[in-house]
Amino acid sequence: MNENELMKNPSNNPGDDARQFLTFRLAEQEYGVPILRVQELRGYSAVTPIPNAPAHVRGVMNLRGAVMPVIDLRTRLGLESAPPTKFTVIVVVNVASKVVGLIVDAVNDVLDFDERSLEPTPSLGAGVNTGFLTGMAKQGERLIALLDIERVFGIEPAQVA
Amino acid sequence: MQIDLTPFRRAFLDECVEHIAALEDGLLRLETAPGDAELLGSVFRAAHSIKGGAGSFGFEPVAHFTHSLENLLDRMRTGALGAERALVDLLLRATDVLKGLLECARAHEYGQTDAAAPETAAIEAELARWMEQPGADAPAASPASASAAPSAATQRYTVEFAPATGFFSTGADPLLLLEELASLGEREALEVDFSELPHWEQLDPECCYLSWRIQLQSAATLSALRDVFMFVGDEARLRFETLASAERAPQAAPARESVGAAAERPSAEASSAVRANAASGAPGEAGRAAPAAGEPRSSGRSAASRSSSESASIRVSVEKVDQLINVIGELVISQSMVADVVSNFSPERLAQLREAVLAVERNTRDLQERVMAVRMVPIGSIFSRYPRMVRDLSAQLGKEVRLELEGEETELDKGVVEKIGDPLTHLIRNSLDHGIEPPAAREAAGKPREGVVRLRAFTEGGSVFVEIQDDGAGLDTARIRAKGVEKGLLRADDSWSDEQIHQLIFQPAFSTAATVSDVSGRGVGMDVVKKNVESLGGSVVIESQRGVGARFRIKLPLTLAILDGLTLSIGGQLFVLPLLSIVESFRPKRAALKSLLAGGEVVLVRDETLPLLRAHALLGIPDAQTDPTRALTVVVENDGRRVALLVDELCGQSQVVIKNLDANFRRVEGVMGATIMGDGRVALILDVPGLMRLSSGRSAALAL
Amino acid sequence: MNKTVLIVDDSVSMRQMVAFTLKQAGFSVLEGGNGKEALERLASAKVDLIITDLNMPVMDGISFVRAARARAECKFTPILLLTTESQESKKQEGKAAGATGWIVKPFQPDQLLKVVQKVAP
Repeated sequence: MNENELMKNPSNNPGDDARQFLTFRLAEQEYGVPILRVQELRGYSAVTPIPNAPAHVRGVMNLRGAVMPVIDLRTRLGLESAPPTKFTVIVVVNVASKVVGLIVDAVNDVLDFDERSLEPTPSLGAGVNTGFLTGMAKQGERLIALLDIERVFGIEPAQVA
Repeated sequence: MQIDLTPFRRAFLDECVEHIAALEDGLLRLETAPGDAELLGSVFRAAHSIKGGAGSFGFEPVAHFTHSLENLLDRMRTGALGAERALVDLLLRATDVLKGLLECARAHEYGQTDAAAPETAAIEAELARWMEQPGADAPAASPASASAAPSAATQRYTVEFAPATGFFSTGADPLLLLEELASLGEREALEVDFSELPHWEQLDPECCYLSWRIQLQSAATLSALRDVFMFVGDEARLRFETLASAERAPQAAPARESVGAAAERPSAEASSAVRANAASGAPGEAGRAAPAAGEPRSSGRSAASRSSSESASIRVSVEKVDQLINVIGELVISQSMVADVVSNFSPERLAQLREAVLAVERNTRDLQERVMAVRMVPIGSIFSRYPRMVRDLSAQLGKEVRLELEGEETELDKGVVEKIGDPLTHLIRNSLDHGIEPPAAREAAGKPREGVVRLRAFTEGGSVFVEIQDDGAGLDTARIRAKGVEKGLLRADDSWSDEQIHQLIFQPAFSTAATVSDVSGRGVGMDVVKKNVESLGGSVVIESQRGVGARFRIKLPLTLAILDGLTLSIGGQLFVLPLLSIVESFRPKRAALKSLLAGGEVVLVRDETLPLLRAHALLGIPDAQTDPTRALTVVVENDGRRVALLVDELCGQSQVVIKNLDANFRRVEGVMGATIMGDGRVALILDVPGLMRLSSGRSAALAL
Repeated sequence: MNKTVLIVDDSVSMRQMVAFTLKQAGFSVLEGGNGKEALERLASAKVDLIITDLNMPVMDGISFVRAARARAECKFTPILLLTTESQESKKQEGKAAGATGWIVKPFQPDQLLKVVQKVAP
């Protein structure tokens, strides 16, 4: 129903893009990040580890000549790290004028969410750090956790100093 | 027509940085070479360019102020005033004011500068006073516009105009000129002279055979009439006659003199007022003022090119650009050779392919070098700011100091040159403040009253060295040591070398100056000097002899972006180690290795005992070779200190392009950056000082 | 009818300013960074006026004026030189090469327009 409302009038609504999310999977949970933050998707390729970096910083990789840090989102969210599969994708996002890669298990979808479908963050069970979430979105049976990517990356430097 | 100049102002303000530097540099040099025509010319030109541009781009206060400055400079240039010290002093202060005005203009990029600051007015008054000094020429003449007597009444003119036959070949059109002339007044008569017209068969339609005689009643001045024909050269016959003016003598000047030469100009032609008008007024008049301002453009330019410091743009010689274009040309050829071989490839063409690829490789390397050369600028652009500083400072401190510059032409990466300025400023201040003694003290010590600070740059073995040497008192080792003990940086019974103790002055908040002066006590410490230099990949070494003097030697990499490195592997990962820091490498024998009781390991290299730094441990790399006798040690050096770095194996030497890690991530201790290898993977570049710090904890600087 | 002006200068800011001024006044503008580039522009477009700097890499203003004049389609096209006041000799040299006139730097936009109107109204 909400979807229909949005689709009736897609072009006149300046907030359209802002409500679009790229969704991906980590373990059994589906997550979303604002599509405007996503620069591109890349297949997984080997990264170069960085000495004495936090565990979730998998390393750096070459993004067309730029050196881009790659974050293991599983580790960052308190999940168990997993070896890459053929579905593993690096989601390249822009955070605070930096370019960062997020390793996710698989990319699912691009979805529109109405603000009314957003719910506060419930507990996602043991180990999952809900501090990185801005809320939950419901899409039929699916419950999608929306990531606060500033926080995913932003706390970073302070932690290490 | 109103045109918004905002987009062009920025560029102009950038250029002004160079003009100001040229101005300052020239004025300072005038003190030692008063009356040097070329210097006077370049100083004048700098002021003139600022004024002209400021006028064009709407920075009125700048234009107005520079105008006074320029007037005075012009009098110096014409020899009416000598470059005496008081005058140069004033001009330097005026330059400061101008600098302030320009900064102000830069600050509100879109607005006007603030109206006259008090200092502006005071300096302007002083400039005006100097203008009134009697000199070799008459004081400021009336503006040029007054030269042609303004007259409300109309006059009757006769103009005779006979263009040369080749007139059309310059794209000119006599009709346009006649129309323009007619627009200035009421045309009473127009005669066309056909007498030169050849017979039809001999007529060349591309030539002009006609001439005209126009009688005109006009309120315009004679010079306005002349301006119509400003582009008509000497080869044309042109005659003006004023018919009905009792006050003015008839202007029946011969044709040759009437246009292009300023026959009726008052004698104040060379005076500044005329030229000032020329810059902002009619283009034709500016052209006429030219011979007086006739120094070659290049002299001003060379002064300017030495000082592109604070601008974001870079001035590159045409020669360098031409070389680049040549190399690109070769690269295109090589590339087409590869394409050709590949497009119809057969195994027997393999050798050809290899050759073509080699050519591409050669061209690429060449291109890389030349592109890097574009970024190289002479360090003189920074040096040029110090004579002024030393001059002012020594006066302020009551000391007599001579600054000697050497090696200004030494080229460095633009990025390095820009960042080295502040550390040098501080070191020079330090030399003046703490190094050079007051004149009386120097005499008492049997030294000349005048102290010497020598700023010298030179290239040696892939590095650039910048030295600040003074013949002052030298560092007070005992005092520094006492202060160090007091601050808990060493124990009273530690046996440190003088060199180690001297390094203490680079500790934060470490000052031994008996009196904190205005000069050195400005909150920027020597620690910042060291940090800045190190951030450029450089180092500072102090040599000092009590009573004789001190020398600070800064070592800098030639370029920031490219590095000669040794590729090596640790635990299967590739790293790059800067070649410059490597002394040697070897596989240690068991007997050469020792563990210390205090923890830590050493390795004996001939008769030297070096700390063994396990790179894999410092960098947290698993799966590395941990047995030194099966791995390799690379002896690296930094700041005169040597350590043996344990790595798995060496892979080869290569030139790499340095990428910052903190562009998208942050600084990582022990790593100076990253680079992208031939296979597209990222390799980290190791930072020797950082690794040393990692191994000895935070007190690296003291753990010598 | 829109007149077309070709501006030749290696300084981008100067080129931009001249181009901007002329566009405001209703001219169409083509640009070239040096004489050689300018000749290439001339090969593919009809130009009513040329404004060129003197000191440029690859091909300087004087050589360019000479080369342009040698082309049939530019034989009578007005050419203005951008000069500085210290370039009197250059001005004469430019004139000899076939330049129509000159504009002395620095100049105000309306001075530029005045001179342009003079040779290509």
